[in-house]
Amino acid sequence: MAEKTFVHPYIPNSAPNVKAEMMKAVGIEDLEELYSVIPEHLRFRGKLDLPEPMMAEYELRRHLEEILAKNVICKDYLSFLGGGCWQHYVPAVVDEIVNRAEFVTAYCGGTYADLGKFQARFEFYSMMAEMLDVDAVSEPIYDWGAAAGLSIRMASRLTGKNEVLIPKNISPERLAQIRTLCQPEIMPNSIKITLVNADPKTGGMDMEDLKAKLSDKIAAVYFEVPSYFGTVEKNAATVSELAKSVGAQSVVGVDPISLGVIAPPASYGADIICGDLQSIGMHMLCGGGQSGFIAFRDEPAYLSECPLAIYTIAETAVEGQYAYAEVLPERTSYEARDKAKDWVGTASGLWTIGAAVYMALMGPQGMKEVGETILYNSNYAKQLLGEIHGVKVLFDTTFKEFVVNFDGTGKTVAEINKALENHKIFGGLDLSKDFPWLGNSALYCVTEVHMKKDIDRLASALKEVLK
Amino acid sequence: MKDVKLRRFHSAAWDEPLIMEMGTKGERGIIPPQAAKEVKEKLGAAMDLLPENMRRQKDIDLPEVSQYHVLQHYLRLSQMTMGMDLGADIGEGTCTMKYSPKMHDQVVNSSKFADLHPMQPEETLQGILEIVYGLEQYLKQISGMTKFTFQPGGGSHATYTNACLMRKYHEARGELGQRDEVITTIFSHPCDGATPATAGFKVITLMPDENGYPDLEALKSIVSERTAGIMFTNPEDTGIFNPKVAEYVKVVHDAGGLCFYDQANANGIMGMARAFDAGFDACHFNLHKTFSSPHGCEGPAAGAYGVREELAKYLPVPTVEFDGTKYYLDYDRPESIGKVRSFFGNLQCVIRAYAWIRSMGAEGIKTAAQISVLNNNYLDKLLLSIHGVSRPYAEGKRRLEQARYSLAKVKEDTGVGTVEIRNRLSDFGVQGYWMSHHPWIVPEPFTPEPCETYSKEDLDYWAAAMAQCVKEAYEDPEFVMNAPHAMGNTKILDDSIVTDPDRWACTYRAYKKKRAKK
Repeated sequence: MAEKTFVHPYIPNSAPNVKAEMMKAVGIEDLEELYSVIPEHLRFRGKLDLPEPMMAEYELRRHLEEILAKNVICKDYLSFLGGGCWQHYVPAVVDEIVNRAEFVTAYCGGTYADLGKFQARFEFYSMMAEMLDVDAVSEPIYDWGAAAGLSIRMASRLTGKNEVLIPKNISPERLAQIRTLCQPEIMPNSIKITLVNADPKTGGMDMEDLKAKLSDKIAAVYFEVPSYFGTVEKNAATVSELAKSVGAQSVVGVDPISLGVIAPPASYGADIICGDLQSIGMHMLCGGGQSGFIAFRDEPAYLSECPLAIYTIAETAVEGQYAYAEVLPERTSYEARDKAKDWVGTASGLWTIGAAVYMALMGPQGMKEVGETILYNSNYAKQLLGEIHGVKVLFDTTFKEFVVNFDGTGKTVAEINKALENHKIFGGLDLSKDFPWLGNSALYCVTEVHMKKDIDRLASALKEVLK
Repeated sequence: MKDVKLRRFHSAAWDEPLIMEMGTKGERGIIPPQAAKEVKEKLGAAMDLLPENMRRQKDIDLPEVSQYHVLQHYLRLSQMTMGMDLGADIGEGTCTMKYSPKMHDQVVNSSKFADLHPMQPEETLQGILEIVYGLEQYLKQISGMTKFTFQPGGGSHATYTNACLMRKYHEARGELGQRDEVITTIFSHPCDGATPATAGFKVITLMPDENGYPDLEALKSIVSERTAGIMFTNPEDTGIFNPKVAEYVKVVHDAGGLCFYDQANANGIMGMARAFDAGFDACHFNLHKTFSSPHGCEGPAAGAYGVREELAKYLPVPTVEFDGTKYYLDYDRPESIGKVRSFFGNLQCVIRAYAWIRSMGAEGIKTAAQISVLNNNYLDKLLLSIHGVSRPYAEGKRRLEQARYSLAKVKEDTGVGTVEIRNRLSDFGVQGYWMSHHPWIVPEPFTPEPCETYSKEDLDYWAAAMAQCVKEAYEDPEFVMNAPHAMGNTKILDDSIVTDPDRWACTYRAYKKKRAKK
């Protein structure tokens, strides 16, 4: 009887006949001979303790679906969770395009063979540039936190200084990522992080504290519009001016879905801009839709310090035909290795195509309207929630997210959220541990997907819960 | 070489304008949800809800295009993208361009995953956490390591995570100030040098000895009380397995350093050799390479990073744990390096990797490794029979899953180099190959990796297409120099644009400004 052979649908040459033919061609009688280069003491001779394979695609699909069915999703419950991953509407055409096999399976192929990918990517840079009002946008990185950390590192190299000021209205996760990238002070290229107080009334930058902490040692002031609390920094232009007055860079993080209604960061003095693309066309994917971007003025100094790849449009011999090529490639780690500007690698490329399709569909009117809807819905929710006895909405001007304080209710956010689950509602993120100075507070996120009836339902559930 | 009929391929050539050049004022692609009438009436003008000085004054200059035309435009761009599903991607060595099962994509796209928020209460995330935990158990088997994190958003991000972990380890021992050097090898991925440098280490790069192995004697001479660790691959980019790898590990351990095994691509050795058994302290797998998650135009990706028991406490937070009844997140890890990415990483890659392993089992994983190496050795025979193709180093030693070849002789004889051959190769309907990481130690390099996805016919075809390109280089070098000829566009007129600030244009608005000046 022939040796049992594992013929797998994903492995054509595991079929016995072709395998035998190929083995003959390479001059071996046993596949083991291929591994003669690995000495015996390094060979793994045991059997991997893995479950038996599910050979039928149907069986495996059932298995996966049964496991995932244990999740409760934000369509089963009404969700007000945000904090860096947000529930927005993803147009059907975006899904259609980002699921095209060509885009899903392309990688580092040639600029000619993958021309469409490069054109779509160039369109992403171009439309993003219009949103931000700058001329240069880089390839994407993992997420906002990585983009912010790398932007701060760029600012440090640009200024030759190594201290950054960050207001306390930042996401704790993002700050943790920035801390990782700025690293312990003992390291020679470390950047010292000094936190600036947030104004307890507005939730924005405490300007007096900022002024007190600014000095000519500062490489960058990093702040966000909107902030983690959703507040829209009305002193943004002054913050940028103050930063520049001491020779520091103004580094601004933005949520791009706000840009149809909120001023573009370049208009209030941002030198380096970063943020996350998830809000413009990506599903939440349990945090898998994140994609960081970095943008700046089209000046050689900025391009030279950017660790991420940057592409230019180019011309061919055919009139009106475009091609694409990488700008200043020798600065990236693919070419300069340990002498590079930080590092570059596979990150979140597909989401730039999702964002491109999103921006192309939305156009100027769509971006403005979605911004307005978010303003309306979130402010409506603020009003409604603020009317509930013992509930206080903390800060005035916000976009999409806002802080709700429950100190007057006698219940903790954890208790309230647990009770809201009985109403099939995910309440806002609990801030009480990370921001004790905000008391017993939660961060609520209301977007264009929340209809009036959803917000009304939240308010009545909260009333019930807080009775 | 087998007689192969080469395809009369031509890529779609739609001459598609840029989206910014399309549409007319007032056209709409989609109408976003509008606020309810009562809400609008209650709140007044939306813009008044923002501080006056922070309102956008002018509409964004985005294209205005109808939905059908946006769809059509991007469909056309997708048609002008070969990707891997269409054009056999045998050439992209180090990338393991394997088939990514469509069923997995469908599961990932289903609402039961796509509509999860990462900060939901744990009890509502039990399904996804079960998969995360399950994959961790499987990768522990495959690597021998004790604990994994899936937070890194790519392979280089995993090596960066390792550099941070090395930092933390030495800091905890009070030796960080002294141990400021990380060693790598020139045939390892560039990120093994770049990420420890970013993390603040000095990097020492080992060059190969005459057989192509990183020089062991050189390693012995550079380790010292300053050594924080080593980060390298095996087999390296050359496909040559270093049989003395355990000695390298011992040399670094004896000096007090940690050893990291970059297993971004473990396709040839999974189930055959394990990082732990060679003495390594840590390793990583690219789930978008070895474990079948698609590459997605360079991500979303995942670098699964695993460590030995002693280092587990340093992994990023949170970790996913199981108490026998339910899965939970552990943030209470005081010695953790903190966060490298928001939330949990790209869990869509985790689901696909989990599914792939469940479809393979232990035997299937071993088969995939064996066939990937068989494929490479078969292709090797074919490629080395092409005049002008050579494969430097370790003469007579088999390569594992990939190999680095040189077209130096073709270049010398004809003036046609690897860049031009690569451009021409795609004209035959296969994806352009990966040349080499920098620097090009092997001159005029190319590095194919014919993983288990590809059939014998695919390999015969690829080799025949390569042979045809080389033949053309000898017969009509000008023709190859001007390639491609069957793509959606033609050769770039002037490469010097990439270093010229007056002409490069990274966005359309920059392009318009710079062309207007001309």
